[in-house]
Amino acid sequence: MAKVPKPEQLVNIDHKPPAKPWMDMPVKFEEGMWCYAAKPESLEAVGLPNPRKWSPEEEDWKLPENWKEVIFEGLRERLEKYRSLRIFMDICVRCGACADKCHFFLGTGDPKNMPVLRAELLRSIYRKEFTVAGKLLGKMAGARELTEDVVKEWFYYFFQCTQCRRCSVFCPYGIDTAEITIIARELLNLLGCNIEWIASPVANCYKKGNHLGIQPHALKDMVEMLADDIEDVTGIRVEPTFNRKGAEILFIPPSGDVFADPGIYTFMGYLMLFHEIGLDYTLSTYASEGGNFGSFTSHEMMKRLNAKMYAEAERLGVKWILGGECGHMWRVVHQYMNTMNGPADFLEEPVSPITGTKFENAKSTKMVHIVEFTADLIRNNKLKLDPSRNDHFRITFHDSCNPARAMGLFEEPRYIIKNTCNYFYEMPEETIREKTFCCGSGAGLNAEENMVMRMKGGLPRANAVKYVHEKYDVNTLTCICAVDRAALPTLMNYWVPGVSVSGVHELVGNALIMKGEKQRTTNLRGEPLLRTEDGGDV
Amino acid sequence: MGMGLSALLVIALVLLAFLGVQVAGLQFLFGVVIPYAAFFIFLAGVVYRIVKWAQSPVPFRIPTTCGQQKSLPWIKSNKIDNPASTAGVIARMALEVLFFRSLFRNVRAELKDGPKIVYTWEKWLWLAGLLFHWSMLLVIIRHLRFFADPIPSFVKVISSVDGFFEIGLQHIYVSGIILLLAVTYLFIRRVAIPQVRYISLLSDYFPLLVIFTLALTGILMRYFMRENVVAVKQLALGLATFNPTVPEGISVLFYIHLFLVSVLFAYFPFSKLVHMGGIFLSPTRNLPNDSRARRHINPWNYPVEVHSYEEYEDEFRQVMKAVGIPVEKE
Ligand code: HEM
Ligand code: SF4
Ligand code: SF4
Repeated sequence: MAKVPKPEQLVNIDHKPPAKPWMDMPVKFEEGMWCYAAKPESLEAVGLPNPRKWSPEEEDWKLPENWKEVIFEGLRERLEKYRSLRIFMDICVRCGACADKCHFFLGTGDPKNMPVLRAELLRSIYRKEFTVAGKLLGKMAGARELTEDVVKEWFYYFFQCTQCRRCSVFCPYGIDTAEITIIARELLNLLGCNIEWIASPVANCYKKGNHLGIQPHALKDMVEMLADDIEDVTGIRVEPTFNRKGAEILFIPPSGDVFADPGIYTFMGYLMLFHEIGLDYTLSTYASEGGNFGSFTSHEMMKRLNAKMYAEAERLGVKWILGGECGHMWRVVHQYMNTMNGPADFLEEPVSPITGTKFENAKSTKMVHIVEFTADLIRNNKLKLDPSRNDHFRITFHDSCNPARAMGLFEEPRYIIKNTCNYFYEMPEETIREKTFCCGSGAGLNAEENMVMRMKGGLPRANAVKYVHEKYDVNTLTCICAVDRAALPTLMNYWVPGVSVSGVHELVGNALIMKGEKQRTTNLRGEPLLRTEDGGDV
Repeated sequence: MGMGLSALLVIALVLLAFLGVQVAGLQFLFGVVIPYAAFFIFLAGVVYRIVKWAQSPVPFRIPTTCGQQKSLPWIKSNKIDNPASTAGVIARMALEVLFFRSLFRNVRAELKDGPKIVYTWEKWLWLAGLLFHWSMLLVIIRHLRFFADPIPSFVKVISSVDGFFEIGLQHIYVSGIILLLAVTYLFIRRVAIPQVRYISLLSDYFPLLVIFTLALTGILMRYFMRENVVAVKQLALGLATFNPTVPEGISVLFYIHLFLVSVLFAYFPFSKLVHMGGIFLSPTRNLPNDSRARRHINPWNYPVEVHSYEEYEDEFRQVMKAVGIPVEKE
């Protein structure tokens, strides 16, 4: 693992570009700023090309012999398949509006982290190979030769973009560097240049159903343990089922919530909620992963991993699917799943069995976000809630990139938070909702070895948290994303010690008054509840 | 490098027109042949560009959502920044094209001691960009008076509003002045902001300089050199009616002006100036965010290899049975 400098050292960031033009600046792999190479067995497991042992640090990347051809062919094919790519290659006016919108540029000052230059890394090759001006005028027209150094540069910078789409919000043409990164990573994958932190979860998820490769019996064990914990706190035994045919609803959470602190408290919240409203649902061990690291690899891999959701829903004969709190999972579900693996004619248009609400916005995909589902329950007074049980939390909400900029899921989580907590404070306007800043670890970059990159990229997010931490004494950063729950605690420890991280349904679990529960003395984390002044529920 | 070269390029173009007309007497070439050629390159190039774009399908519905989604009926959705209907998309696109909505979001982010990231008001690019484009549009519309006889009434109306101010007995067209100022600002900005300068290519300076020189020569002709507009109109009408003539009494300054217009037209389809068309086709802006309510079709969707449930159960049947997870085959 890379040595991470102290925060005081890390903030010495110079945003002035160097004197040399960027095309003359060879890529330098700085310590802590890149991820380990994908291992051959991870690529082999899913049949990705050029599996081999290699390392980005070494001179020889062991590219296939015809690697140039592969890239050119791959790029040509994608230009013909994606209008987005064609348009984004052609119309950027280099106005620079996107430059200081990227958390990686703000946190590193590296000019190639300006979204516009990140895109130019690919655009320069496009010009050389596919445009007349680029062929004739070369460098003068912003075109350059494809060399192995270019591939290395792509690897470094396209795995230094979290596909967060913040740049796209500010670009006058909506040029989405995330889209360019997705396609550039596809090209890199054609040469076998992926990172292990993505390739391994992909392989696991493909064969075993979830990122860590937890086998069915172990998964059931883990969930049972969480049920034990719930019983300790509430005195109530929840009884989730697995792979149960004939259940009304299939619930698919991100698997991170099942095993990793603090996601487990969110998972406990889901189970308590379902128990309390008497939902007829089942979990699946085959489709036990909502997350989709395939979407950080290629469109095809995204589709291959996502296929399990509909397949399992059909096999079990459920009516519709409910999805847990996860960011990139919802990018895939909301914008890709129905197109890729639909139509889901074997499912029914989702209706809440508790309130009768029809989820019109999900009537074709037939998958509802749990935050939509719970907001509707609260609105219809179906839950008894005691927000004072969350009084030890002074909360701010982190809009995760994908639900924010690929869905617009802003009010639902806020509505739940306001109904389950008494202390809620927003971060500055420029850093929330569609302008939210990434955790700095998304799109498969939440590894250990790139910790410096993560802390740098997370600086703008952390800085906004620090603001509310100092101003309102905020001590909890709430979010609806499993990657956030894994990544943000480290970020907070580094930049804003004293702030912990939670999911929205952890708050629901704490506030939910369950029928027949015992007097609660702790929250789901086992921390003693604050005694409220009116002596009410302690 | 880009800046210097593009300045040289523009100077060379001006000189070329000057020498061609003044020394070599190639009025017909610069007044008729080149404008026609440029116009047809423009047309063919733009058509080619748009066909090329249109040939690539839009496989996925990927709008960038910039406001609350339409979900539960009691939650107020943002119908424009996150449109769920075609009407919303039209409104969103209209705001983008007419008022540069997204650019209006711009704020500057800077890292200060603390560390503290501060966000400051920065709408100058938006303002200058808007003035630049709108005044250019007005200028182009006003020029139609040369190409039609009688002058269409909307051209007259726009010209008289634009020329509302008078100095002495001279109507001043505000649009031309604003165009010159705005393009100057955009150029200075490009040079003065280190990051923008760093990303700039020759092809970023070049159109700004051409447009600057166009506006400058236009203003010179109108207010200082008193161009022979009757003769110019004769030439323009001739071009428009495919009956070209080269009248006497047109100054070399006019030929320089016309040559630069020709260059800009011919250059247009092969440069970033095609953003004019591309903005309408951008999939992150021109699609409604309704992908869960209506299925978007990908014309090239193809079957992929998956790991089926049967394969999965075959691998784990024993352990599943051991903990009581139901299986298909006992
Ligand atoms: C539908 C029509 C058009 C729209 C919506 C549009 C929009 C924009 C926007 C939003 C920008 C970025 C901000 C700025 O620098 O102003 C821009 C830049 C630019 N546009 Fe347009 N544009 C259109 C047509 C044109 C045309 C016809 C031309 C010239 C022939 C043109 C020339 C330019 C230039 C040169 C820039 C770059 C300015 C710079 O370098 O700073 N645009 N355009
Ligand atoms: S904001 Fe858009 S047009 Fe401007 S430089 Fe960035 S990507 Fe290019
Ligand atoms: S998508 Fe996010 S990380 Fe990638 S370039 Fe844009 S702002 Fe930066």
